[in-house]
Amino acid sequence: MQTENTKTNDKTALRVMTRDVDTRDRGGPRQPMLIIRGLKKHFQVSGKSLGQPKIVVKAVDGVDLEVGKGETLGIVGESGCGKSTTARLLMHLIEPDSGEILLDGETVGSMRGVDVRELRRSVQMVFQDSYASLNPRLTIEDTVAFGPRIGGLSRTEAKSRARSMLRMVGLAPELFAQRYPHELSGGQRQRVNIARALAVGPRVLILDEAVSALDKSVEAQVLNLLQELKKTLGLTYVFISHDLNVVQYISDRVVVMYLGQVVEAGPVERIYETPRHPYTAALLSSRPSMDPTKRITAPPLTGDPPNPINPPSGCRFRTRCPLAEDICARVAPALTAVDDPAHLAACHARVSGSGHSHASAAA
Amino acid sequence: MTNDQLHGASSGDAATSAPLVDVRDLSVRFVSRDMDVSVVNGVSFELREGEVLCLLGESGSGKSVTMRSLMRLLPHTAQLGGSVSIGGLDILGMPARQLSTIRGSLVSMIFQEPMTALDPVFTIGQQIVETVRCHEGCSRSDARRRALELLELVQIPSAARRLDAYPHELSGGLRQRAMIALALSCRPRVLLADEPTTALDATVQIQVLLLLRELQRELGMATIFVTHDLGVACEVADHVAVMYAGRFIETGAVGDVLNRPHHPYTVGLMRSTVHGGQRGTTLEPIPGAPPDLRSLSTGCAFAPRCGEARPPCLTAMPELVEAAPGQTARCIKYGAATTYAAAGTFQAAV
Ligand SMILES: Nc1ncnc2c1ncn2[C@@H]1O[C@H](COP(=O)(O)OP(=O)(O)O)[C@@H](O)[C@H]1O
Ligand SMILES: Nc1ncnc2c1ncn2[C@@H]1O[C@H](COP(=O)(O)OP(=O)(O)O)[C@@H](O)[C@H]1O
Ligand code: SF4
Ligand SMILES: [Mg+2]
Ligand SMILES: [Mg+2]
Repeated sequence: MQTENTKTNDKTALRVMTRDVDTRDRGGPRQPMLIIRGLKKHFQVSGKSLGQPKIVVKAVDGVDLEVGKGETLGIVGESGCGKSTTARLLMHLIEPDSGEILLDGETVGSMRGVDVRELRRSVQMVFQDSYASLNPRLTIEDTVAFGPRIGGLSRTEAKSRARSMLRMVGLAPELFAQRYPHELSGGQRQRVNIARALAVGPRVLILDEAVSALDKSVEAQVLNLLQELKKTLGLTYVFISHDLNVVQYISDRVVVMYLGQVVEAGPVERIYETPRHPYTAALLSSRPSMDPTKRITAPPLTGDPPNPINPPSGCRFRTRCPLAEDICARVAPALTAVDDPAHLAACHARVSGSGHSHASAAA
Repeated sequence: MTNDQLHGASSGDAATSAPLVDVRDLSVRFVSRDMDVSVVNGVSFELREGEVLCLLGESGSGKSVTMRSLMRLLPHTAQLGGSVSIGGLDILGMPARQLSTIRGSLVSMIFQEPMTALDPVFTIGQQIVETVRCHEGCSRSDARRRALELLELVQIPSAARRLDAYPHELSGGLRQRAMIALALSCRPRVLLADEPTTALDATVQIQVLLLLRELQRELGMATIFVTHDLGVACEVADHVAVMYAGRFIETGAVGDVLNRPHHPYTVGLMRSTVHGGQRGTTLEPIPGAPPDLRSLSTGCAFAPRCGEARPPCLTAMPELVEAAPGQTARCIKYGAATTYAAAGTFQAAV
């Protein structure tokens, strides 16, 4: 695919982007790359004209999270729980109703902080649908060169940047630069999308189901590529997926979402080995066994996730939760540290003094 | 030979009775003015009452087309070869109008997307009632009673109320169950399930998988289950057949194939399937991509991606031969002749 020699050249060309010489770092290594506080986005899906009942989808409803520099944060949860909306908010593709986003310690969108243009240079996104996100009438090279060109590079500079990006994602420019999207396989198209996102030199990559549509053998190729790029370029990843195994493989920390809210967050080993929220536990034990002698005998949960239009009162998981009690319907549990300051769960059963019978009495 | 091996492990009376499904050398070729491509290239298997066979493989390997051939649910451009016998009937030789009498009653099919099978403008109840009356000629009230039974069978809560629901009023999981109820309404002996849980969320997928496993056992249906997910196969299959470029390349009992895969493609597929234990390691993907079916070379279709390929792999398509007791693989490593062992490796990488 690429010789050692060209690889080194690319590295030199991309020095500005790497961790060692990152001139864009403002807050220092301990300052989280991204902080999200109280993020909300509701969509009104009916009631825009007179006489219609007002119906609101609470797609993202008070989300807090942090992504450390150089970290991979995984976001998991079933479809409709608000993962993609969170990603779009992070990119400022849509405006939040409330809440704030901080990039390397600076507020996004405020007068003094980071403006949206700067945000988009620092944070880039790769979507699931490799086809829809590529212009069918542009060659691969032109697609990848587009961002750098907008960013002010000359035509020749942008082209040469595009070529080194293509090489970097394992697509030899001599073979691929002049091809069109329909002349590529799904895995190759996803490599182009990654090259395009990286071409503007971002610090953060948001990968929204970026490998979910790929076949297993190709998915593994792209995951290896992502790991390699992260190391070479000192990137920070937000990796969104419904695939629990892939998230476990790639993430340092994991956030579990349910109906527009974060229900659990923590280091990957803790989430997978000692999940503390009943939803996380059920989600993990819903994974097929991979051993025909140890088949699952009873489903961990019944029913589908409820509608985010009218989420249940109190804890949103209570309608499916095996541990639900009265308190769960009355009071919404807050995200609280359990066992370890880095491991958070929003469940009354885990918080002493909550009034739940599984929790110890208040100190 | 293939067939015996594929079912050598089946137990009891079933093994001695005639197979319910008998597919021999099935081929499917799409031919039109601007296309001529063979996508299924000689698939053979047998299936008895109560058995579950999983067709496992990546996209484009021919799983859906193989399944659809068993009901002749393919466009006119499809040319079918070989033979398919179900319940003693010659499916490929049967006149087109006779097909409608077996679809639903002898063989029935469920899909990934329930709206493939459900009609958006009729209620669930209406659709099941119509189907039941059409096939069994019973009264409307009997058919409605049967529809209610069916919704209960697939464990739809508040079944009576759901009879009057339109498909769009149901959640994803319930719609999938409604489609299953419709597919079972005329008591099929063979159920074809094409990735029926692929689009569902994890907690819903496992519910539908367990439901299908239970129904299949209770009703004794022979089932062919298509999936690209090894975990799903582990949950439901008795036997698996791994497909690559329109052919079976490995078959055997699910535990044997998953614990001791023999074909290099199966081995590669399992290695590249991500699991948590691989954290911090570099994955071992299969290099390259599946072949273009329009330009398959002679020889093993997997050879261009295979780390173990040697010159004889390129000269002729290997046969599906016994690789271990009850397990077959289409790889010359397991062939009778010693061609492979005798051949040197390639000088340069393939
Ligand atoms: N533009 C929109 N208008 C109305 N509803 C939306 C819009 N975008 C998302 N939603 C709804 O918001 C919820 C969360 O969606 P999404 O963030 O896409 O979830 P996920 O990515 O986790 O599957 C869903 O119920 C979805 O239907
Ligand atoms: N109607 C059709 N006309 C032409 N080619 C087709 C048609 N249906 C399927 N194919 C081709 O047949 C091959 C096998 O398809 P399919 O059985 O759907 O694969 P799988 O279900 O394993 O993903 C693919 O290359 C596909 O493009
Ligand atoms: S708060 Fe109550 S309902 Fe919610 S997860 Fe905990 S126990 Fe279950
Ligand atoms: Mg999404
Ligand atoms: Mg298919």
